Amino acid sequence: MYEYDDIDQRIVDERVRQFRDQTRRYLAGALSEDDFRPQRLQNGLYVQRHSPMLRVAIPYGLLSSRQLRRLAHIARRYDRGYGHFSTRQNIQFNWPRLEDAPDILAELADVGMHAIQTSGNCIRNVTTDHFAGIAPDEIVDSFVWCEVVRQWSTLHPEFAYLPRKFKIAISGAAYDRAATFVHDIGLQAVRADNGAVGFRVIVGGGLGRTPMIGHVIREFLPWPDLLTYLEAIVRVYNRYGRRDNKYKARIKILVKERTPAAFTAEVEDEWTHLRGGPATLTDEEVARIESRFTRPVYERLARDDAGYAGAVASDPAFAAWTRRNVHTHKVPGYAAVSISLKKTGLPPGDATAEQMDAVAALSDSYSFGELRVSHEQNLILADVRRSALHALWQELRALGLATPNIGLLTNIIACPGGDFCSLANAKSIPVAEAIQARFDDLDYLFEIGELDLNISGCMNSCSHHHVGHIGILGVDKNGEEWYQIVIGGHQGATRDGEAAAIGKVIGPSFARAEVPDVVERLIDVYLAHRDSEHERFVDTVGRIGVEPFKRSVYGSREYDTAIGSRLEAEALA
Amino acid sequence: MSTLIKGRRIAADRWTMVHAAGELPADGDVIVPLSSWNTERERLGTRAGRVGVLLRPEDDPAELGAYLSHLALVAIEFPHFTDGRGYSTARLLRERLGYRGELRAVGDVGRDQLFYLSRVGFDAFALREGERPEQALGAFEDFSEAYQTSVDRLQPLFRRRGGRNPGATGASPEGVAR
Repeated sequence: MYEYDDIDQRIVDERVRQFRDQTRRYLAGALSEDDFRPQRLQNGLYVQRHSPMLRVAIPYGLLSSRQLRRLAHIARRYDRGYGHFSTRQNIQFNWPRLEDAPDILAELADVGMHAIQTSGNCIRNVTTDHFAGIAPDEIVDSFVWCEVVRQWSTLHPEFAYLPRKFKIAISGAAYDRAATFVHDIGLQAVRADNGAVGFRVIVGGGLGRTPMIGHVIREFLPWPDLLTYLEAIVRVYNRYGRRDNKYKARIKILVKERTPAAFTAEVEDEWTHLRGGPATLTDEEVARIESRFTRPVYERLARDDAGYAGAVASDPAFAAWTRRNVHTHKVPGYAAVSISLKKTGLPPGDATAEQMDAVAALSDSYSFGELRVSHEQNLILADVRRSALHALWQELRALGLATPNIGLLTNIIACPGGDFCSLANAKSIPVAEAIQARFDDLDYLFEIGELDLNISGCMNSCSHHHVGHIGILGVDKNGEEWYQIVIGGHQGATRDGEAAAIGKVIGPSFARAEVPDVVERLIDVYLAHRDSEHERFVDTVGRIGVEPFKRSVYGSREYDTAIGSRLEAEALA
Repeated sequence: MSTLIKGRRIAADRWTMVHAAGELPADGDVIVPLSSWNTERERLGTRAGRVGVLLRPEDDPAELGAYLSHLALVAIEFPHFTDGRGYSTARLLRERLGYRGELRAVGDVGRDQLFYLSRVGFDAFALREGERPEQALGAFEDFSEAYQTSVDRLQPLFRRRGGRNPGATGASPEGVAR
């Protein structure tokens, strides 16, 4: 955990005081709705379908047990006893009262948390790899760099009223688990031949209405230059990004309209003025931030544990869970554990206050009192002794938190959708539930293997459906909910591999009740065509293309009539 | 008539905003748009009274270049407070172009913008109608510290800490970040 110093704490406290005053003025009628909106958004407060929604930052997904207990307390006291972990390593409360928001923020500040810039047209909560600091393929600990960027972007005076929201992701490992190619800025740590650390800088990726893969504008940025270079990029965007059309206001449109080469030249030109300036990072500063992170004090353990191996051999249910939910750790004898928040029948990413308290207790017993939130909306205990895995699993199972589906089809990423969100065109949660119910055979799920399935309730793409292996998008047609399906997307992987890919639409959209059938047909085609069980769904789509999938879904007799008339209607519209 | 805050107190405004050349008064201090300044610089120079220039969000402050040392005032317009281009314009004027005179925020300027505006180099604020100036003065105290370098703090917080790191508890292994 990064531990606040007195200044970090003071800034967060003063933010609470400022927002309390803004809320008071708004409620007293002294601040108009239009004037209040950007202020409340920059404190994470949306006005939702039912009530305000408060989005609390979990910077780079790292959380202490104490903080999780406070979130549980907030869920109980100010909400309806649960919270929703989002795809951006935040937590959202769907039922607070506006009048209570300042008190909630004060409760958060008390444990070193805030909701600063979790919404609005500003630099948002920076996200990273949920295995930062423990991954065997680590190049640097990205948490440290995320905290550097968090401090720089927090209450940045020049960049509070950007053309649109601005998201930065940092990957510190060889394998990109931070989706850096689909962010406004993606940073990938790189180690040069001489050992020096720098960043590969990617700009202009993003999903939403116009999904785009980012462009590498610099292969190697030495780490001391990180903040001056970020400042140059965001300044060019602030000055020249489009403000006439909200749908064309993201930096990806600016990069495209200027061309990546011209945009890069502009950034480099701006940077010549900033380079070497006071914002240039120093060894002392990086060491200072590094030293404020508490670190697990690991025991010296053997790589393998006989008790663990025995339990895997004798307990198939435990073995299944270890195959999916246990991840390798750079320290011998330790493992990371994913706690799936994707149990069938529960909204993906939701956790009750009781579950939060229970997980906090487990993190104290098993994982140094820390945990992480993944962008797949699961919780992670990052530092568990292998010898303790079986005991941990039993406790998780008793809590209903041992669903062994990480990386599998039922580990569905879904936004709150039309049940909660005022932006949504369609519901997401019931669709996720119907698919999970259809694929309830664990052996079958394991046979299908790795598959990312993402469901967004509207074009804002909060669930990143464009980069799901199967992506489902809720659309509105004349007031009815329909679902468009894309396949073949992915969020990138190895440094040398393909960056990331935007999925392709397979055809006209479907009614909600049809969606599980369609997914099943897609899976059937995959299983019939895959060259081995090592070829994942997304790899098969890449190899054989979208056509065979289309034929299966739309070509069959039972679909013909419906699809024919629908295609006609869509052609006319 | 909007209220002017200057030097963190309520001040009298001696400047007149002149949007069209035909409206130019015979004397007195005037603020003219960049376009007028570009076309009528000589005529403006022969008047009695000082001249200030108004920059719109899309204007490039570098156009004022060599004249900046002669200008007593530059105003930056915020047609709506959510248009943040003026914040970059202000930093460029102060940090890159070396402008030292009055830098005034005009337009949709409210209490909740004052802290950031003052950080990027504005020292005068023509508050929009309806703002309560006495309350607005409190905005400058919203935060007592800031992380970033900007016009008001030439060094970022990390260069001003002076190496002190009270309360660091981490047992950090060497070089995990680099």
